[in-house]
Amino acid sequence: MLVLEARATQSATAAWLSPLLAMVLTALTGAVIFLAMGKTPGIALYIYFVEPLTSWSGLSEVAVKAGPLILIGIGLSLGFRAGVWNIGAEGQFIAGALLGSAPAVYFYDSVNPLILPAMLAMGVLGGMGWAAIPAFLKTRFNANEILVSLMLVYVAELLLVHLVQGPWRNPQGWGFPGTRMFPDVALLPMLFPGYRVHLGTLIAMAVPLLAWFVLTKSRFGFQVQVFGSAPLAARHAGINNHRMVWTTLLISGGLAGLAGVMEAASTIGQLMPKISPGYGFTAIIVAFLGRLHPVGVALAGTAIAVTYIGGEGAQISAGLPKAVTGLFQGIILFYLLAFDLLTRYRLVRIRRGERAA
Amino acid sequence: MTPQPLLQLQNIRKAFPGCLANDDIDLEVTPGEIHALLGENGAGKSTLVKIIYGALRPDQGQIRWRGDAVEIPNPAAARTLGIGMVFQHFSLFESMTTLENVALALPPQNLGELRVHLEQTARDYGLALQPDRHVYDLSMGERQRIEIVRCLLQNPSLLILDEPTSVLTPQETETLFATLGTLAREGRSILYISHKLEEVRMLCDRATILRGGRRVDDCIPAKETAHSLAEKMIGRRVESPPGHSASASSEIRLQVSDLSVQSDQPHGTDIAGVSFSVHAGEILGIAGIAGNGQIELMSALSGETGSPRAGSIQMLATEVSTLAPMARRRLGAVFVPEERIGQAAVSDLNLVQNSFLTSADRMGFVSHGLVDWAGVERYAGEILTRFDVKAAGTAALANSLSGGNLQKFIVGREILQQPQLLVVSQPTWGVDAGAAAAIHEQIQQLVSAGAGALVISQDLDEIFALCDRIAVISQGSLSPPRPTAKITTQEVGLLMGASREQPQEISHAGA
Repeated sequence: MLVLEARATQSATAAWLSPLLAMVLTALTGAVIFLAMGKTPGIALYIYFVEPLTSWSGLSEVAVKAGPLILIGIGLSLGFRAGVWNIGAEGQFIAGALLGSAPAVYFYDSVNPLILPAMLAMGVLGGMGWAAIPAFLKTRFNANEILVSLMLVYVAELLLVHLVQGPWRNPQGWGFPGTRMFPDVALLPMLFPGYRVHLGTLIAMAVPLLAWFVLTKSRFGFQVQVFGSAPLAARHAGINNHRMVWTTLLISGGLAGLAGVMEAASTIGQLMPKISPGYGFTAIIVAFLGRLHPVGVALAGTAIAVTYIGGEGAQISAGLPKAVTGLFQGIILFYLLAFDLLTRYRLVRIRRGERAA
Repeated sequence: MTPQPLLQLQNIRKAFPGCLANDDIDLEVTPGEIHALLGENGAGKSTLVKIIYGALRPDQGQIRWRGDAVEIPNPAAARTLGIGMVFQHFSLFESMTTLENVALALPPQNLGELRVHLEQTARDYGLALQPDRHVYDLSMGERQRIEIVRCLLQNPSLLILDEPTSVLTPQETETLFATLGTLAREGRSILYISHKLEEVRMLCDRATILRGGRRVDDCIPAKETAHSLAEKMIGRRVESPPGHSASASSEIRLQVSDLSVQSDQPHGTDIAGVSFSVHAGEILGIAGIAGNGQIELMSALSGETGSPRAGSIQMLATEVSTLAPMARRRLGAVFVPEERIGQAAVSDLNLVQNSFLTSADRMGFVSHGLVDWAGVERYAGEILTRFDVKAAGTAALANSLSGGNLQKFIVGREILQQPQLLVVSQPTWGVDAGAAAAIHEQIQQLVSAGAGALVISQDLDEIFALCDRIAVISQGSLSPPRPTAKITTQEVGLLMGASREQPQEISHAGA
């Protein structure tokens, strides 16, 4: 019989090695799957993991996809460090996109350049507002934030569908669900002509630096770390429980909301029934793959973005189903969790009946 | 000719990464002998005992049982040989009854028969037990008796007890010693692990003294003095604490009036109507067995739990019962809680970060929300030098320090903040004698300089050595504090067991 035994010491190297190993094994598993599907593994893997990085347009697309993942991942990792499990970033993303898009929907012929900053601010507020619900219910009634934030995802999705099919539907849209296209002043400027990289991508790249600064230099960053790893010590040091729950949820919600409005105000340019390929959920993988560390999250967000873009390429050029992208993300999380378990525990073989009392 | 030894250890060696826990240790236990294993924390006692009980494998060396070389791969094998062990931390299920807990440890059998057997064994050895009471309801002494009976039902020839008296009242200790005497007269051997010298002198036939993983001496404790034993154990001369020079002034540093607190723990103890005061220049001691409301009192004083149900707490002339911990610290009060790891310090943070944990405001390390980490690092360095903390530097993680060094660090962190009131719980629990003496000295220096101190401790020796006045907490109530010179250990012991529903125990104590 095999049992798990806690390791006396945990190596920091192993903690960083585990996401890398997880990615390697994911690629190997992918090769086996491709083989089973009758594709040449080498070519399929190349399309998936390398091709997106071989052209400027590919890199631009990766950056565009990485933006929201990093932005949301940074917020989530802050909360996860503090032991506050916001699983509903997808809902906060949508709520941010909804509130942030309101100016563009109502002032669709505006030429005022101030509309964009207003939209970004409202996007942040929208995400925060959505995250405030689990924060309130947790601090007031000790409701589980995992369940509350997760269930609010579906509420946000339905609200979005309702708005784009009802009150916010484009009157000139031949009945298709979706708002009017946003006015030009409400769109994030592109950085290079011909590529989709936009100002929001740049903002998303700056946030990890800010988060790193907060985590290492500020008292709040220190409190986050203590609150998550030693709740009793946090209490002893006088770190306010409710304040930590509120701040971490508002920050992660706000960043998800910002990602939402930036997505609407850039690549999409309007609101549609579906505005996210599951960024809010994938960002959970990004946060853990990045070891909840700002630099790690930035790298992990980029790596996961490659699989999104590679997946699109694979659909077109290798005829692989879209589901493979989700499959890869699932496999990577599986291996990551397995390696993490093995860095904390080791497998010990014992004979039957020998189990220590 | 000496009788054939029951247990012989020869050249036992066990190394852990970075530490040689047992270095070439020999030990011999003869039948019917009470043999002490004496040593400071970290001397290698627990490692050696775990090897005997099969919980650890030696790297080298031989174990002989009744003369035959044996392998003890696991505790089950040890029990089969006839080795029983009572650990310092009990392994009992709180929500189950005494009988159920005993049944769980034994092969499946009829509960009715087991009850008869249990009561018989308990009676034979003078171990008062009530089979149907739930463990959460029982005193530490009773819990220990369950563990002992559980071992005895397996008819061991060697019983190992790890620091058995650390949770007992003096009266409970006497009862335990009587039982151990009976067991020895029956020819059973007892390996008694302790660092309490007087106990070892009273109880044990022989003693093996360990220091730094080596066997340094074998002796007959009755022929030694506590002082000579201590010197063997520590390896240098020991001096008794100097005492502090201050005398209590009329200035009150802490005034608790009619305090009632509801415990936030399941099976916790509520505090009711507790009143006392601590003056500048004095140390007030609160004695008591663990689980009688000390944790609740401590967290009410430090502000870790919400406002008390009733009563008031005044620190440095300010009503603090609704103030947060950091606000109390800013007033000039500091706190050292019972739990070192996880409460007083965070195990996977380094010493710089741990220094910052409670000193942030009082030492002015934060401005505009940003931390002056360079300043904190200097402060951490100062703690290490001033309080003689052995660590690999300020970047060492808290969990890399030994218990004694971590406690010196924590006490140092609080004392360097130059508080006017120090509240400390179990200051030297599980700490080696050298570190304990250093901690006591630091507390006394602080009080000599004019601070007031409240010491909550289960260790009566500590309470008597350190404190000017003594009060006893039992079942959440506090006895009126009395000057140390006017109260005896026996009186404190009786107060410690006061409102427990154990008449049989108190009558035993006199016998």
